Amino acid sequence: MQLKIQYYAILREQAGRSEETIETLATTPADVFLQLHSRYGFTLDREQLKVAVNSEFSDWTRTLRSGDALVFIPPVAGG
Amino acid sequence: MRFRLVQTAIDTGTSRLELLDGGAGGYVSFEGWVRDHNEGRAVRRLEYEAFADLAVKEGDLIVSEALERFPIQHALCVHRTGELAIGELAVWVGVSSAHRGEAFAACRYIIDEVKHRVPIWKKEHYRDGDSGWVNCERCAAAPAHEHAHDVI
Repeated sequence: MQLKIQYYAILREQAGRSEETIETLATTPADVFLQLHSRYGFTLDREQLKVAVNSEFSDWTRTLRSGDALVFIPPVAGG
Repeated sequence: MRFRLVQTAIDTGTSRLELLDGGAGGYVSFEGWVRDHNEGRAVRRLEYEAFADLAVKEGDLIVSEALERFPIQHALCVHRTGELAIGELAVWVGVSSAHRGEAFAACRYIIDEVKHRVPIWKKEHYRDGDSGWVNCERCAAAPAHEHAHDVI
């Protein structure tokens, strides 16, 4: 299925892009991250991140649907 | 929305006016400023980046929580994004309330939760030319992490 991935902060820099549409057989955010972690060599591990699907926080095992938009959220530092 | 992201200087004078209320006997605000050092390193400037859709939702939720937890009149939080120089205002929280105690407590609650929950990231640019994302570099700590900044 097709998924839209948006990257922010350190993940944006390491992926070298702000967003992309990917074609994948992965069905959960956890598996999508595994694939992208391997592709881009992210220095952060999944345990350090949160994930959002369609601009809502999500758990890592949710079943994704084609067209979903994912954002992997590195440790935040506002303020 | 009671949490806003802005790309230009935060206008605290105008924001403060939104909190005025005949039932309020006081107003407490917090201003977060860009500091010239962090963890022993001299900082030249900062860059804030936000996942805007979720940042505004989560920030608004935090302000709603404060309004439920504390008997206050109004509360508002404004966060800056983009490039900021030393001394610039990065975040502002304002709370009006019948009594001061609740206003202090609610203001503290909002800024603490914003720092922990809202998807905003801060990149420090150091005087020595190096740079790094706060909370994301050291925690990436593989044993030989010292040069992780070179991806930038």
